[in-house]
Amino acid sequence: MNHLDDTIAAISTPVGLGGIGIVRLTGSKAASIADDIFRSRNGAGPSAAPSHRMIYGLVTDPTDGRAVDEALVTVMRAPNTYTREDVVEISCHGGMVAVRSILELVIQRGARLADPGEFTKRAFLNGRLNLDQAEAVLDVITAKTAEGMRIAAEQLQGDLTKKLAEIRIGLIETSAFVEAYLDFPEEDIEPAAKEDIQGRLRAIITEIRRLSKTFHEARFFRDGLSIAIVGRPNVGKSSLLNALLQKDRAIVTALPGTTRDLIEDYLNINGLPVRITDTAGIRNSEEVIEQEGIRRSLQAIGHADYIIALFDGSEPLRQEDLDLLTVISGKHAVAVINKADLPQKITLDPVIAGGMPHLHLSAVTGKGVDELKQHIFASHLGAWKEERDGVVVTNIRHKLALDRAAGSLEKAAALLSRGEPLELFSIEIRDALDRIGEITGAITTDDILDAIFSSFCIGK
Amino acid sequence: METTKTYDVIVIGAGHAGCEAALASARMGLSTGLFTMNLDTIAQMSCNPAIGGLAKGHLVREIDALGGEMAKVIDRAGIQFRMLNKSKGPAVWSLRTQADRVLYRIRMRSALEQQKHLDIKQAMIDDIIAEDGKVRGVLTSWGTFYHARAIIVTTGTFLRGLMHIGHESFDAGRAGEFPAKNLSGNLARLGLNLGRLKTGTPARLDAKSIDFSGMEAQFGDDPPVPFSHSTDRIVNPQLPCYITHTNAETHRIIRENLGRSAMYSGKITGIGPRYCPSIEDKIVKFADKERHQVFLEPEGLETTEYYANGVSTSLPYDIQVRFLRTIPGLEQVEIMRPAYAIEYDFAFPTQMRHSLETKVIDGLFLAGQINGTSGYEEAAAQGLMAGINAAHLVLNREPLVLARHEAYIGVLIDDLVTKGTKEPYRMFTSRAEYRLLLRHDNADLRLMEKGHAIGLLDDGTYKRFVHKRSAIAEETGRLGKVRVKPSVINPLLKSLDTAEITEDIGLEQLLKRPEVTYAVIKQVAPPERPLGEDVERQVEIQIKYQGYIRQQMETAGKLSRLEDKKIPPDFDYRCLPGISREIFVKLEEVRPVSLGQAARIQGMTPAALSIIMVALEKMRRTRSA
Repeated sequence: MNHLDDTIAAISTPVGLGGIGIVRLTGSKAASIADDIFRSRNGAGPSAAPSHRMIYGLVTDPTDGRAVDEALVTVMRAPNTYTREDVVEISCHGGMVAVRSILELVIQRGARLADPGEFTKRAFLNGRLNLDQAEAVLDVITAKTAEGMRIAAEQLQGDLTKKLAEIRIGLIETSAFVEAYLDFPEEDIEPAAKEDIQGRLRAIITEIRRLSKTFHEARFFRDGLSIAIVGRPNVGKSSLLNALLQKDRAIVTALPGTTRDLIEDYLNINGLPVRITDTAGIRNSEEVIEQEGIRRSLQAIGHADYIIALFDGSEPLRQEDLDLLTVISGKHAVAVINKADLPQKITLDPVIAGGMPHLHLSAVTGKGVDELKQHIFASHLGAWKEERDGVVVTNIRHKLALDRAAGSLEKAAALLSRGEPLELFSIEIRDALDRIGEITGAITTDDILDAIFSSFCIGK
Repeated sequence: METTKTYDVIVIGAGHAGCEAALASARMGLSTGLFTMNLDTIAQMSCNPAIGGLAKGHLVREIDALGGEMAKVIDRAGIQFRMLNKSKGPAVWSLRTQADRVLYRIRMRSALEQQKHLDIKQAMIDDIIAEDGKVRGVLTSWGTFYHARAIIVTTGTFLRGLMHIGHESFDAGRAGEFPAKNLSGNLARLGLNLGRLKTGTPARLDAKSIDFSGMEAQFGDDPPVPFSHSTDRIVNPQLPCYITHTNAETHRIIRENLGRSAMYSGKITGIGPRYCPSIEDKIVKFADKERHQVFLEPEGLETTEYYANGVSTSLPYDIQVRFLRTIPGLEQVEIMRPAYAIEYDFAFPTQMRHSLETKVIDGLFLAGQINGTSGYEEAAAQGLMAGINAAHLVLNREPLVLARHEAYIGVLIDDLVTKGTKEPYRMFTSRAEYRLLLRHDNADLRLMEKGHAIGLLDDGTYKRFVHKRSAIAEETGRLGKVRVKPSVINPLLKSLDTAEITEDIGLEQLLKRPEVTYAVIKQVAPPERPLGEDVERQVEIQIKYQGYIRQQMETAGKLSRLEDKKIPPDFDYRCLPGISREIFVKLEEVRPVSLGQAARIQGMTPAALSIIMVALEKMRRTRSA
């Protein structure tokens, strides 16, 4: 619902890869919400900072203390802001993962996802924009809504719509049952068994949670798949990166440890955006800078969606290779045996024993590089898409609505098992229906009444 | 045309809406004329002899809290009071009572007759005269003209009423009464769009021919709880209802004769209510249901007439007798009055403002079934509000509009004027988004302040209310402060099967546990003076459901800011970009008074609402510039 003075939030940088991402909040609670999730180096919250001054610090998830990203935060106090309300801008590293995580966090802390053009609307309603700009404001709202609707419609096609309709019908039936029981005590309507309602509810919650989860799983459709290339020094990681990118990006030398920092780049495989990180060679090193690089490599392994573990086919496996196999065991990875153009001395038994798929290529001649690309795509997305019948939530608005719906239903289930009155249960079910309605745009009260009168013979 | 008298307010029709409207207007000091076609059917219960039930009982309490009459009358005419849903939570408790139909009429008529500033006249109104978009007065069928500054039309099912029994149809307002034939055309000429609805009523049976011995008897509560906040106790003798059931044979007879039902042979075009289907409908739509309940309800203390609730029909008389006689206990039954269906005109309610004044004619108010509602309580609620607002119009005061979080009356009227209705509209608690706030037990807390402020609720009742309100606040405050020791409370907690405590605990916190009632609190830490049951109950509910009550209050509060954003009546929706044709048509039809109302229009989107907001601000600035 379109409230006038609640606190709203949105990603205010264009959706895309790279660059910097900004999450912007406006409203009276903007600063206090930022306080919940951000601390500057000296431990202070943004609300303590002077107006219009940028502070540096860390965004963390208050529920588990997990660090999300480093960020620069600016609090701009009313009225000298774009909306004439308190505004907070959180700038974080590019890549949509961090930006979206931060947006989700502020919404969990009580902000509402802004409607299309809502910042501009507020700016106008609060007198920040003059009358001549009114037409432009209307244009912004209309255009952004049209764009949003186009995107949402694209994202709502086919199976997801069908799934949501099923969920909605399930909830309306549950609701109709409870409402009929409450509103028509003199009809011979048997109260539904608690276990029965509880069972239905559980099934619906599981389904909603599963759909919501696809948002994160599907992130590489929007944000790109992140791949880390790992391996001990001088197995040819940078050469492989260059072969994949077909350009000289990393410094390639025969000296081990040349790549001391992370190198990121982007490529496109069959339309799938891929972000590749070339890591510093994993090696037991005394050298300080390189140790930092290795620490980061391990971190990159942790963050990557997919790992290319690179080995030198022209040499037998070394202890460091075996260590690497241990580090990445159980992760989504492929073993790539490089230097196929040289005589092969590698024994593949430990790789095969780990159950990891493997393939051979030569980063120097380019032989096998295309096969690797196809492997990345097929092994990853092909199976993933099939497994989920193509039902994927890709719109953050939809994801957030699903999460709130699931939250309300959890509360409903808890009320039921505590034996609280059904009117309270009904409040939560209605809330969940309203949230689903935000996605599908459906009206509720009349639908519930329709369901009551078609399922129960009311008529004393 | 001779003016015989000038009234401030004229009410046409003396059913449940008309009586409340006339009383409200007269009680607020305005000279009021109440016109009925028949003095002997004032406040007639044309369908079932009962008042209240879920959401309807809530409406009656609200009418009472505002200073209306229905609750007081039914308390003196009720013959079986029951609190429904007692096993469920407080928001869905609701009072219902069987009524002695004759007693109800007499009590209501007596209240009207004793009312100062009120004339009651038997006459058929043929014409409502308006000039320059404003009412002037009414013309009776014998040519007498009465002048009025406001006119309230409460004609129920009488507008072009057409009664059906099988394939026979008669012009009638109710069984045995003439319809109002000319008024309908008159309203259409004034510019109102009319539609057609249908409703039905079952046969009335003679108790002498009924064998009640095998039926389940349903008794009222003892002692009965009254509707009105000013009734001390119920004095009427209380009677039971009886429950029997239809069976396969009943269903067979009905199914084989569907062709002779007015409804199933296509004779009826009006839309009927889904919550009150005919027995034909039940059998066709719920074919796998083996039996349907039939409630036999007494029509009064001094009559043998019984109302057969659950078997309304438009089948012909001979089939009615045949199917009724298949029902256990009704083998020998004699029908006193047959069942019938009735079609009637109604005015699409989106043509009214929240005050119930029509948008086309100033000073013309509509209330009750004419607005597409069904039910005595829904009618009375509208009548009361129309009476208040007609008085306010004459007195040059702002209309009294109740919000959706304040009263079911608010939900009722807002639904009607914002969404309209396709079938006879009945109130359900599920229509209210703030069900937990709109309880039957707190109607006084919600509305008495308003009722008194407009001069409708009497001082005595108001004083008692103020006393109760402060007692509640005081006790709630005390429970927030007083703490008890584990040694005092643990034995009790143990016996209630709820967790024992290790440190001192506040009474308020204790009361929040599902197992702990106020009675427990009273036992361990009684208040200084005994409080009375209704105060105790209020304290208990307010504390037990505090979380959800607060949440609903907050949501309502946020939304009420949208209600405060008024849309001027001359606002031009044509120039808005990016609003769909569908929403535009709705906006033009409803012409919402506020952003809040606009948001509730069917099909409204957040984007369209944003566009209206910006356009409103633009208009405001252009005008002030």
